[in-house]
Amino acid sequence: MTDKLKKKGLVHIKAEWCKGCGICVHLCPKKVLALDEMGKAKVVKPDDCSACKICEMHCPDFSILVGEVQDAN
Amino acid sequence: MLLAQKYLRMNKMPHIWCPGCGNGIVLQAIIRAVDELQLSKDNTVFVSGIGCSSRASGYLDFNTLHTTHGRALGFATGVKVAKPKLNVIVIMGDGDATAIGGNHFIHAARRNIDLTAIVFNNSIYGMTGGQYSPLTPTGSMATTCPYGNLERNFDIAKLAIAAGATYVGRSTTYHAKMLSNLIVKAVKNRGFSLVEAITGCPISYGRKNKMGSPVKMIQSQKDNSVMVKAAAKMQPEELRGKTIIGELHNQEAPEFCDQYENLISTLRERRQS
Amino acid sequence: MPTKTRLIQGNEACAEGALAAGIRFFAGYPITPSTEIAEILAEKLPRYGGHFLQMEDEIAAMAAIIGASLTGVKSLTATSGPGFSLKQENIGYAIMTEVPCVIVDVQRGGPSTGLPTSPSQGDVMQARWGTHGAHPVIALSPSSVQETFDLTVKAVNFSERFRTAVIILLDEVIGHMRESVELPDHSEVKVVNRKAPTVPPGEYLPYKPDENGVPPMANFGEGYRYHVTGLSHDESGFPTGSSKLTNELILRLHDKIERYKDEITITEEYMVEDADVIIFCYGCITRPARKAVKEARAAGKKVGMLRTATIWPFPDKVLLRATKNAKAVIVPEMNMGQILEEVQKHLGCKMIKVEPVDKVDGELITPAEILAKVEEVL
Repeated sequence: MTDKLKKKGLVHIKAEWCKGCGICVHLCPKKVLALDEMGKAKVVKPDDCSACKICEMHCPDFSILVGEVQDAN
Repeated sequence: MLLAQKYLRMNKMPHIWCPGCGNGIVLQAIIRAVDELQLSKDNTVFVSGIGCSSRASGYLDFNTLHTTHGRALGFATGVKVAKPKLNVIVIMGDGDATAIGGNHFIHAARRNIDLTAIVFNNSIYGMTGGQYSPLTPTGSMATTCPYGNLERNFDIAKLAIAAGATYVGRSTTYHAKMLSNLIVKAVKNRGFSLVEAITGCPISYGRKNKMGSPVKMIQSQKDNSVMVKAAAKMQPEELRGKTIIGELHNQEAPEFCDQYENLISTLRERRQS
Repeated sequence: MPTKTRLIQGNEACAEGALAAGIRFFAGYPITPSTEIAEILAEKLPRYGGHFLQMEDEIAAMAAIIGASLTGVKSLTATSGPGFSLKQENIGYAIMTEVPCVIVDVQRGGPSTGLPTSPSQGDVMQARWGTHGAHPVIALSPSSVQETFDLTVKAVNFSERFRTAVIILLDEVIGHMRESVELPDHSEVKVVNRKAPTVPPGEYLPYKPDENGVPPMANFGEGYRYHVTGLSHDESGFPTGSSKLTNELILRLHDKIERYKDEITITEEYMVEDADVIIFCYGCITRPARKAVKEARAAGKKVGMLRTATIWPFPDKVLLRATKNAKAVIVPEMNMGQILEEVQKHLGCKMIKVEPVDKVDGELITPAEILAKVEEVL
């Protein structure tokens, strides 16, 4: 019996383009993101990312790219 | 965002929109739709009016036409009728499309000409500093209604349907996936299509109406939206203050360019016979 | 050269000239006294594989012809004074974005609703400065039905050659009168097309001028994806706030036309060489002016006529040369003195009288009225 593949994601944030609107932080269902001391989005819980891409889709500034990483449990 | 590299003029980025402005979310939805449709960049024209959202055309790596305030649909009609093989998508703001552009909006819908109109509705004239538009809700604050908007606002979807549009959809920047799905269907529709994209302007509308942050604004889009199927089962009192979203109208009717091309063919055949 | 002799209206000659010059897209709105142009093209354009659109208003019509022209289709609109006023913003857009197109203004009595079926020459200054900003303009004024055909062809060719909006100021009386004209076969008509780019898409700059000051023009859908905007822009077509680049752009828009002013200037001189008094006129006043010259000469007075078919750019060089030895210039116009101001401006420092004969009642200026002024100045 094969292990079920759980989708995992890798969130890349282009800080120079991020305007710190906070939408990605608010919408992430797994609370992977937060705003840093400069007010820019950053990844705080990378292991919890399920590559749903809600952050990427809702970033008004094209600052987020979510890559998918296959991870067998 | 990988699609950005494929469809945007990256040397013109980052864009000029404010922190938390929803326009970038709508632009992303447009790019996702274009990619799903596999539209040819060379055969697609984006026409825009004047306003914050109309700056979108400058960022799109297509044939792009940034026109005069309210007149995008007039220019787009000329482009489409002269070269019907081109896909023509028209980006306008709420003021551009329904105030100064209202007449052109009505007639493009009436002709059922194969254009896709995407109206970025942030309920305000953002570029000029926050004046009210025909889509600003009654009672809202803006710089030219400092005591609250006395006027009623349009429902642009109903206007489009009444005028003859054959595909009408509405979504919000919260419902970004639905937004791109609607745009796909709108472009596929052979006729005049409207997608109304509810988007937030935190700097002008948000501040004046104490809507808090971009986060609060996008959350309120979620909280105040009702899917069209669910809305059909609700009472008018329950729907007060709510925005109905989804595919609102989908019908077939003769498309203008098709009819004109038929006319040209018929006349040619008559000459030859 | 195969030609057809036909008895047609000026408006019809305009439509025929448009078709002969390659116009294949018309958008317009019904307005007296231009409506015949729309009606004729509504009937003829689809037969040529072209397109006719009756738009919801004049503004949309002007927008539509610009849109169509950007796809490579030669486009024209026709209107009268009130509609011409409405079109101004988009005329400025066409000039700024260098999109070839032609606007026919069949001038009627104004201001406002005025006299819809009577002639005037009230839109001369509107043609020059109707749209806001510091732009140049080309405007032509035919004096006969035949010339309406010829100048419509010229206007389309100028619009393509110079990548600009060209205005035809057609007086109502010529638009609606019938004369016998020779219409050449389309194959005999010299047609000018916009210059295509000579570089591949990756290297193309839509507003980089060639040696003539005019940028080669790619059409939408041909693989050259570029941005067109009415905002001040650089050679790449994208908006700029730079004073230097804005200055370069505006000056180039003027220069590309100014350089070739001599070729754009079309004038006619009649007995000016030894004239003491010269009648400077255009459009429908040409006939009464010519008659006045003949009558004055018969009475022993040295009178001549300088007629211009080019209103803008104003033919100052020809005016100065032709009036070199004259004592007075009379400017009969069906307005309150519009081209008069240009004449005064250019002849101002010279020892020469410049006198108007203005008429704003919808009736043509008569030879007698012109002769009365000749008597006054002599």
